[in-house]
Amino acid sequence: MTSISFSVRLEEERVSFWFVVTDSARNVTTVPGSEVEAAIRMNRNRINSAFLLTDNTLQFLKISSTLSPPIEPTVPVWLVVFGVVLCLVVAGILLLVVSGIRQYKKKNHESAETGDLEDNSNTPVTTENGIPCDILDLKAGQINGVYAADDERLTPL
Amino acid sequence: MEKPRPLWGNPLQFVFACISYAVGLGNVWRFPYLCQMYGGGGFLIPYFIMLIIEGMPLLYLELAVGQHMRQGSIGVWKTISPYLSGVGIASVVVSFFLSMYYNVINAWSFWYLFHSFQDPLPWANCPLNSNHTGYDEECAKTSSTQYFWYRKTLNISSSIEEYGSIHWEQAVCLILAWLVVYLCILRGTESTGKVVYVTASLPYLVLFIYLIRGLTLHGAVNGLIYMFTPKLEQLANPKTWINAATQIFFSLGLGFGSLIAFASYNEPNNNCERYAIIISLINSSTSIFASIVTFSIYGFKATFNYENCLSKVILLLTNVFDLEEGALTADNLDSMKDYLISTYPNQYAELLPQIKNCSLEAELDTAVQGTGLAFIVYSEAIKNMEVSQLYSVLYFIMLLMLGIGSMLGNTAAILTPLTDSKFLSTHLPKEVISGIVCFINCIVGLVFTMEAGNYWFDIFNDYAATLSLLLIVLVETIAVCYIYGLRKFEKDLLLMLGHKPNWYWKIMWAFASPVLIISLFIFYLTDYIRTGTLQYQAWDATQGQLVTKDYPSYALAVIGLLVAASTMCIPIGALIIFIMKRLKKRSVSTLE
Repeated sequence: MTSISFSVRLEEERVSFWFVVTDSARNVTTVPGSEVEAAIRMNRNRINSAFLLTDNTLQFLKISSTLSPPIEPTVPVWLVVFGVVLCLVVAGILLLVVSGIRQYKKKNHESAETGDLEDNSNTPVTTENGIPCDILDLKAGQINGVYAADDERLTPL
Repeated sequence: MEKPRPLWGNPLQFVFACISYAVGLGNVWRFPYLCQMYGGGGFLIPYFIMLIIEGMPLLYLELAVGQHMRQGSIGVWKTISPYLSGVGIASVVVSFFLSMYYNVINAWSFWYLFHSFQDPLPWANCPLNSNHTGYDEECAKTSSTQYFWYRKTLNISSSIEEYGSIHWEQAVCLILAWLVVYLCILRGTESTGKVVYVTASLPYLVLFIYLIRGLTLHGAVNGLIYMFTPKLEQLANPKTWINAATQIFFSLGLGFGSLIAFASYNEPNNNCERYAIIISLINSSTSIFASIVTFSIYGFKATFNYENCLSKVILLLTNVFDLEEGALTADNLDSMKDYLISTYPNQYAELLPQIKNCSLEAELDTAVQGTGLAFIVYSEAIKNMEVSQLYSVLYFIMLLMLGIGSMLGNTAAILTPLTDSKFLSTHLPKEVISGIVCFINCIVGLVFTMEAGNYWFDIFNDYAATLSLLLIVLVETIAVCYIYGLRKFEKDLLLMLGHKPNWYWKIMWAFASPVLIISLFIFYLTDYIRTGTLQYQAWDATQGQLVTKDYPSYALAVIGLLVAASTMCIPIGALIIFIMKRLKKRSVSTLE
């Protein structure tokens, strides 16, 4: 059981005090300074809240307060966001590339199909200007009646 | 039958693409700096004069040429004269250099964006040192935002000779940035045309939100007053005019071939004259808009720091002289200081080194430009706002949109000539060509993610494009006016637009702009020659600030190579065509 006795000496305008820690169990001897320092370091928060003060407003001379480390989340947040964005972008690229390949294949397939259709219609009948060739196969040819009676219009040499 | 040339879905896509390309990071981080350095509100006078003399005419020229010839930069200049094919190649080379290093900025924007989802923001506080008794040494000497930029983002070494290793976090951000660019250019104008709706309009939305937020911040008015007070004596300084001309020139992105590429996907009767005027006016007004936002942020940051400084001094004096709380305020500080000096001269003298002279002007005077402004100053201001995560996310999304919009133009400048060339387009589909270009750029860009990468970035930023572009645009203007012929060009415009260009355009094209570019060129050359050895700013971790160092000889060699690689294309191209024609003539004459 320890009891702390204070002797308060108002040396400066600021509220400051010296204190001595005595151990009643050990015949009221003063506890060594190093032990007191270690105890204060460990329980700084409790002492601060007992006085309703903070590290900035309650200073123990020779005991510099350790700063609380910044809160580090377990997973670095930036990697999470990065992963999300990366997946979205890669998905977009794959989508565009795959749809592009599919369009290209469809176009090739279509042009191949229309090429086949034209070949099929040509094999049975050869046509020239829409008229089947075997009809045109005349030796003498055909006389066009429009020009038949035009001998008088020819200029004499 | 040849495949028809892809076109923009509607003329609005073309305008948005040009705006998205021209309105880039330079409007946000260079113009406010120039405004501050060269006369505040008075800088707008040389700025608008230069816009009228060189900005609008040269923009109209490039758009008209691209729209008429309907080809990328290499094809266009080859058509005008075979001896000028080197100009197109020089444009492609400069665009290639630009896209190599520009996307690294997008990687940094991604990095900051991903880190904005934390509370508190990671650049708000310094990390602790190893035994948790204080802050990290480097961070304590400088500020937490500078520490986050130089140590956490760049992990910068102390000089360009110390390469270090690749910073893997930056490398993956760079790969992501290139994947995003590839996604946008994958399908050519089909995909680019849709993306530019977003990249052109979103920055304005964010700037508007920031304008409202910025103007309502405490101390913003100080920044605005400081910026807009015209210091008209700066108009007598020739550097003011040179910087105004340079800013207009580079801000519009002339000479890279991007504008020619965008215009080549237009309908032939598109009214590019009207659009040239609209685009250049929008670009300049965006610069002014952005500087209003920037200066209200500056004012806020400067006032915040000034008041912090004052309260630190007040606390120090209150503690040392045991004054009661509230005895010292910002208003009576000066008179109280005099009183204390007279009553306690010895104690005050001892204290003197610790007392800083807080000055609002000194805080406002810290003019910063470039990455320092975008990533250090702005993030410092953001961390002090309420709901800082939201503003941070908005701001870095805006930087991303600006950067990606410019990247779309850069890659279009490279890809349009490549896809136009019959050799490549018959063997490879355009998706594969785009993929190869992005891949090569990404691999080379990994150099900028090394520890000394930022120093190489500065080399590329300062030297890759500046001199070459001036030469390219000069040759372009002379080619169109004198080699192709101004009358022929007038007739082409009559065909396309239905009316001939009026005397203003003709005078600017034929006389004013070439003269201006030649004088800029001479100024740059004399400046390079006069300064002797080139120097750079290196980050010294032990002092926590930038120090000036000389470039080593191999860095100077790289600079020389960068400039030569693009500028030499023009004469070498002409020479090769000349030799080929001679050989053909000789072979023809031997046949006869």
